[in-house]
Amino acid sequence: MPHSESTPEQQEAPARTQLTPTMEDTTLNLGNGGLTDEDLLMADVEDVESPPVVAPAAAIEPPSSAPTTKPASPEEDAPVDIKQETKSEVKLEDLFEGMDSDSDDEFSSKNNNNKDVITGQIPPSSPGPAAPAGSNPDLLRVFYQLLFPWRYYFQWLNHSPQPTPDFKFREFSLWLTGGVVFRFQSYATLDLLRKDVFKHLPERIEIGPIYTANPRDRKTFRNSSAFRPIAKELCFDIDLTDYDDVRTCCDKATICIKCWQFITMAIKVLDVALREDFGYEHIMWVYSGRRGAHAWVCDRKARNLDDHKRKALGNYFSVVKGGEKTGKRVNIRRPLHPHLARSLDILKEHFLTDVLEAQDPWREEDRAEKLLQLLPDIKLRQALKEKWEANPGRSSTAKWGDIDSVAKSIPSVNAKDLLEAKQDIVLEYTYPRLDILVTEQRTHLLKSPFVVHPGTGRVCVPIDTNDLEGFDPLDVPTIGGLVNEIDSDSSGMVKKEGEDEDKKGADWERTSIKPYIDQFRGFVHGLLREEREFVRVKREREEEEGKLDF
Amino acid sequence: MNRIDAKRRNVVDHRKKQFAEATYQPQQYPHRLNFYTTPPTADITLEQFEQWAIDRLRILAELEACSFRNKTPAETAAHMEPLLKKYLPLDSTSSNHSQLFAQRQKDHYSHFILRLAFSSTEDLRRRFTRVESMLFRLRFQGDDMRERNAFVRTLNLDWEPVSEEEKRELATELAATVGFSGKRGQPTVQEEEWSKVDWERVPDLIEHRKVFVKRGKAYVPSREQQSMVMTEFNSRLEKALELTARALPRLDEDDRLTPILNHLSKNFIAPDSVYTNSSSAIEGAEISARNIDNLSQHFPMCMQHLHRTLRRDSKLRHFGRLQYTLFLKGIGLNLEECLVFWRSSFNKMSDDEFNKGYRYNVRHVYGDVGGDSNRRSGGYSPYSCQKILTEHAPGNGEAHGCPYRHFDEQNLMALLEGVGINDKVVLQGVRDDKQKQKFHMACNRVFEYVHKNEVRRAKDEGVMTAAQLETIVHPNEYFKRSYLLKNMGKIAKKEGDGDVKMDG
Repeated sequence: MPHSESTPEQQEAPARTQLTPTMEDTTLNLGNGGLTDEDLLMADVEDVESPPVVAPAAAIEPPSSAPTTKPASPEEDAPVDIKQETKSEVKLEDLFEGMDSDSDDEFSSKNNNNKDVITGQIPPSSPGPAAPAGSNPDLLRVFYQLLFPWRYYFQWLNHSPQPTPDFKFREFSLWLTGGVVFRFQSYATLDLLRKDVFKHLPERIEIGPIYTANPRDRKTFRNSSAFRPIAKELCFDIDLTDYDDVRTCCDKATICIKCWQFITMAIKVLDVALREDFGYEHIMWVYSGRRGAHAWVCDRKARNLDDHKRKALGNYFSVVKGGEKTGKRVNIRRPLHPHLARSLDILKEHFLTDVLEAQDPWREEDRAEKLLQLLPDIKLRQALKEKWEANPGRSSTAKWGDIDSVAKSIPSVNAKDLLEAKQDIVLEYTYPRLDILVTEQRTHLLKSPFVVHPGTGRVCVPIDTNDLEGFDPLDVPTIGGLVNEIDSDSSGMVKKEGEDEDKKGADWERTSIKPYIDQFRGFVHGLLREEREFVRVKREREEEEGKLDF
Repeated sequence: MNRIDAKRRNVVDHRKKQFAEATYQPQQYPHRLNFYTTPPTADITLEQFEQWAIDRLRILAELEACSFRNKTPAETAAHMEPLLKKYLPLDSTSSNHSQLFAQRQKDHYSHFILRLAFSSTEDLRRRFTRVESMLFRLRFQGDDMRERNAFVRTLNLDWEPVSEEEKRELATELAATVGFSGKRGQPTVQEEEWSKVDWERVPDLIEHRKVFVKRGKAYVPSREQQSMVMTEFNSRLEKALELTARALPRLDEDDRLTPILNHLSKNFIAPDSVYTNSSSAIEGAEISARNIDNLSQHFPMCMQHLHRTLRRDSKLRHFGRLQYTLFLKGIGLNLEECLVFWRSSFNKMSDDEFNKGYRYNVRHVYGDVGGDSNRRSGGYSPYSCQKILTEHAPGNGEAHGCPYRHFDEQNLMALLEGVGINDKVVLQGVRDDKQKQKFHMACNRVFEYVHKNEVRRAKDEGVMTAAQLETIVHPNEYFKRSYLLKNMGKIAKKEGDGDVKMDG
């Protein structure tokens, strides 16, 4: 069943011609000397990482264009607002002077008010102060124009400098503010995608599979075999809500650094297994913006897996099974599979510190009951129960230690069974819990990296697996913070107008999103190198075969 | 590159060719097993054509029934043995049976005849592949080790053997492969022949973590070859069926074969797996949103659990909604009533939220919206036990699935006692069934207990035939039978009235 197929009428984007001159201008601006290898690779893609603030905004939302979905969209107001923003620079400065300390915080309603003041007037459609920052159209416009790493994004999905079917037949879906979803969108070039995004300012972009044909034409095919998904990155989705029965610090949508550790350990286990067991190399972990993380495995081999094999792979990683009624949720065979033995090694430490100490899951009596149910031997359970009832409020760490000490005095306990039960408990509390459908189905949409989470305003940034412990989800850049950084920096940029070199740098380079985009760029370059190698080998092989033919 | 070399091209005059003798190689069957790569070429009579196909079909239908009833492989093999002997015998080469050639020929030809009959739609193709694979697996397991290895060698599957040195290096990891726990009677790692293949070729071994995998290569012991052979069999058959489907239109002109083929494919409808709308309607029952609470006493445990969860939490998660909506659709609740039912059940949310998040999905299930094919086929069919048992095991906070399978014993007993099943013998029986993974048996056991008086009466009075009382393998069948039994008197009378009217 599709999650939402609100079948919007597919719109032909208007104003295509109006946009072109501006784009060319910017290309010229940027096309200066000293091209690097990557630049050459990308020579055909219009590189407009940093268009001047005024020009594209005016071009993209020309007064004549009339988006059909937003009844009260700021057609006239949008360009005007932004012009004012740049004109009244001095005033801007003043306003943000005292706010620097705030800029890292989530975009609060207070900031939102300020924003309205900056633009001089409140656009008729712009949501009031109560609207979350992540779906504020003004912020989104600045974000998509100045901060979104379009170029690397295109390279990442396209796997080649020229637009290939990998990009052209890829489904994008745009989620607009107000619950409208455009599904099955596709774009022949990066520019068309950008233009559509600028036009609709979606609060969320999702990525679907690459189809056999253009997704926009899907209704013209008579049978299902002519239009079907053929490739997609292998994806994994871990969500903290699936840990609600083992985390005590937060629940539902809330998270803190304590329960984030569940994600940290999940990433460690999956990442090493994907690399060592399955031989994948291009794995990107992305923070989902609120309470989870996604993995994108981009190796060619992984992209081409069919659903059946994805399902097998997903099940390889499903160890904690069932729900509240299942009772003991980990039942694995002995001897431990090498993958599980390795995972257990990684997870043991986390179990002691991040679960027993930080979460203290068995302190209350009723919660400790759950632990007892997972242990073998009725006598052992009885003895532990009595002991814990005698000293209420014993910590989980102490209780965990009690199991062994009490077991020693009971002869009927089988040491091997107990050890295995304890291993199962460690896995039940720490082993990654996946949303399996994301992995199994190529058609499943997944939120794109680098979009903004509409609820929290946080950007879905990549997570550095070399410094997993250093990642704090509450500390990632927010859209409000980033736009503030740009605003407070723009005056400096004007002053240095003369220096051409400096101007080449994109706006994001001066904001706190830089390290994340740098990381993404490194990842994409690694992927592209391999793709180029693949193309070269393929060509050589074909040439050789060609030689044999003649 | 693909063009045939001009010199090698066959330049026989087509006029001559039409009347020339076919120059096919006569077929030999050196092995008992067959991958069915070469189509048959010799002539057979129409009677043979039909008879052979029917015999094979009988076997395949029986195999499918076994899987619906969740029989274990061993039970299936035992059940099938006499049938196979009767309809589709296939003896080993070493038996030196006089009919060896005839047996293999029949096996070969019947397979290809059924391919023609079952390639027309994707649904049929999928089912055919599934049951043919089951048949092949059954025979593969029953084959003599030496002959099986000889057969596998002819398939040209490129398996890279693992060197002695690598075996030593990975000894600990390999020892964790299933069946190498060092027990008596099991081979050691060093004795076993291992081969290294891309993991994509043995997905089912990977899925259950049965083999060690390193950097994309799975280390498969010779015993597990079966998995690879089966994958190969499946994928080749799938491809071949697609091709057959494309060639099928050309057969239309042959008015001798087409009727036979159509007849064959129609007979391959398993009543268990497809629950059609026409068979679900129960006369005289009030199936409406407000009556669901009352009707829920006739629901099987899976649906009762969903119903109770829904009433308790005022919500259900995605797969729970899906399973339950389809069931309700199956018992004859129409779309309007179904929307009323869900709206009133989700009583903690606003109309707006309901309309945005849920209304569409219910309509989609009924085929009221969605793609062309969805609307034309009237939405989805209600889930069978098979589907509920095997697909999408419930996770956190989810209430769908089969309680007999997905609950642990304690919770299951609590659930059963909660609906008033206190008989110790029945509960113990359910426990045993669960342990033996016979979830159908458990469900039917509960059904029989709950309806024991009615069933006896129905048998005594001959209201229902034995066929109508066989094992239930579909939740909607459970409901229907339960409702009919409990309302036996009323309905029988009604039917009588109907007859009178017809006469008049």
